[in-house]
Amino acid sequence: MNRLHVTLPGLNLKNPIIPASGCFGFGEEFAKLYDLSLLGGIMIKAATGEERYGNPTPRVAESGMGMLNAIGLQNPGVDGIIAHKLPFLSQFDTEVIANVAGSTAEEYETVTRRISQDPVVKAIELNISCPNVKSGGMQFGTDPMMAAELTKRVKAVSDKPVYVKLSPNVTSIVEMAQAVEQAGADGLTMINTLVGMRIDVRTGQPILANRIGGLSGPAIKPIAVRMIHDVAQAVEIPIIGMGGVMEVDDVLEMIYAGASAVAVGTANFVNPFICQELISALPKRMDELGIEHILDIRGKAYGATLHRA
Amino acid sequence: MIQLLTVVTRRQIATGATELICRLPEVADIEPGRFMHLRVGPLLRRPISIANVEGDLITFLFKEIGQGTKELARLRPGDQIDALGPLGNGFPVHHVAREARIVLVGGGIGVPPLYYTMRKLVERGIACEAILGFDTASSVFYEDEFRALGPTTVTTVDGTAGIRGFVTAALEPNRFDTLFACGPEPMLRSVQHISIEHKFLSIENRMGCGIGACFACVCPTPDGHYVKTCSDGPVFRAEEVIL
Repeated sequence: MNRLHVTLPGLNLKNPIIPASGCFGFGEEFAKLYDLSLLGGIMIKAATGEERYGNPTPRVAESGMGMLNAIGLQNPGVDGIIAHKLPFLSQFDTEVIANVAGSTAEEYETVTRRISQDPVVKAIELNISCPNVKSGGMQFGTDPMMAAELTKRVKAVSDKPVYVKLSPNVTSIVEMAQAVEQAGADGLTMINTLVGMRIDVRTGQPILANRIGGLSGPAIKPIAVRMIHDVAQAVEIPIIGMGGVMEVDDVLEMIYAGASAVAVGTANFVNPFICQELISALPKRMDELGIEHILDIRGKAYGATLHRA
Repeated sequence: MIQLLTVVTRRQIATGATELICRLPEVADIEPGRFMHLRVGPLLRRPISIANVEGDLITFLFKEIGQGTKELARLRPGDQIDALGPLGNGFPVHHVAREARIVLVGGGIGVPPLYYTMRKLVERGIACEAILGFDTASSVFYEDEFRALGPTTVTTVDGTAGIRGFVTAALEPNRFDTLFACGPEPMLRSVQHISIEHKFLSIENRMGCGIGACFACVCPTPDGHYVKTCSDGPVFRAEEVIL
């Protein structure tokens, strides 16, 4: 039996490593570097109803062991993705998870209805946590009532299981998770980026043209691990963990915290071969730590936290 | 795609500017105008233009501006650099006509890739001239190296070296049919619509992945779409991009 194999609603993952949405495009660039069939799955860049240009540049800024980005959901639109991006991905033996975003509930429904019917797509990742767009995005992801309502509507039109991508920019992520679980979510992906800002002291102005951006990278990993740990104990649905994963022990940390699979984002920019390297490094590290199957350690770090938020 | 470079020499060539010559794992023939995405700094890579390649030696010239370039300037002979690349598309040195009349226009940190470009043009037997703009005399670098390749004019904003003013003060468009330029955005804008038939601009942008996946370095185009600086550029025809 494959010791890395993970089964989740709609997803048959040969290993728990998935490039995170927005950090891997639609796979075309990375397919020139290695065989994408090695991957457990691929979370493709967010789809919106129409083509979007996104924000002005600069769109990225580095900070201590982290990266701020404000791309603004640039994408060719759901029809463009179905016509030009999914056919390319169909050649790979890996599970495609389509990230869906929108400005209104109707847009989320339209995009989900269309993209979930494509046979290449195995699951939907409902993006209610993008901090870089004016309307929609995170606005749906910071109010439990709105998040639950949107989850219900999207579930009703989706052909495939729906994973809700949670924002860490909330008072209680546990409350958010429980709300979308009750609304019918099949799984959770967490965490999206934390809202941040950097200022160029030579100009006295924010570096990002959008002024604010989402912080990702190793700087946020302990926050992600803590949130996964708290949420995993409060819900029954599975979690795909993400937030600053750079090395094989980070993957194990997320699974100990309660994740069933792990997405890798910013690390792809530092080392474009990172997902491939993590997949090949996992068995050796598991041997060293005496782990037979990857999910044997899932949630093994559970316990009460004094301050639960 | 990822290679380890070994630092061979490092020297300061102007105020705050460093020349770093590194050994490549093997002899490479790299198109001028492409870049290397170097893993220096706390996390993200830094796109650094290629100032020269000879045999298995590659030269970077850069100004210390942020954490990444400061770290790069502190490297010593024997140190290794993790380099992703070469990436992007360079100047069309192999596609210009032999009888082309080419001017290379560089501003400050945009000067380095033009040295390698001029060397390659001269190798092909194509006559070209360089106009190099700096802010002040102490910032000027590689003037002699350029002069060894062909006619070179230096401009400085404060007039402490060469012609006073910006590069455009020294540029006579009617003498040329092709322009290759690299430099800060205001400089590129000033030459973008100049009356020279073929104009190629190397643009700069903050990058993430460097391979076209993250959409950090997009640049709008006149047809309402966009190009990615890293994978579609960094060299574009002047009419292709909105600066």
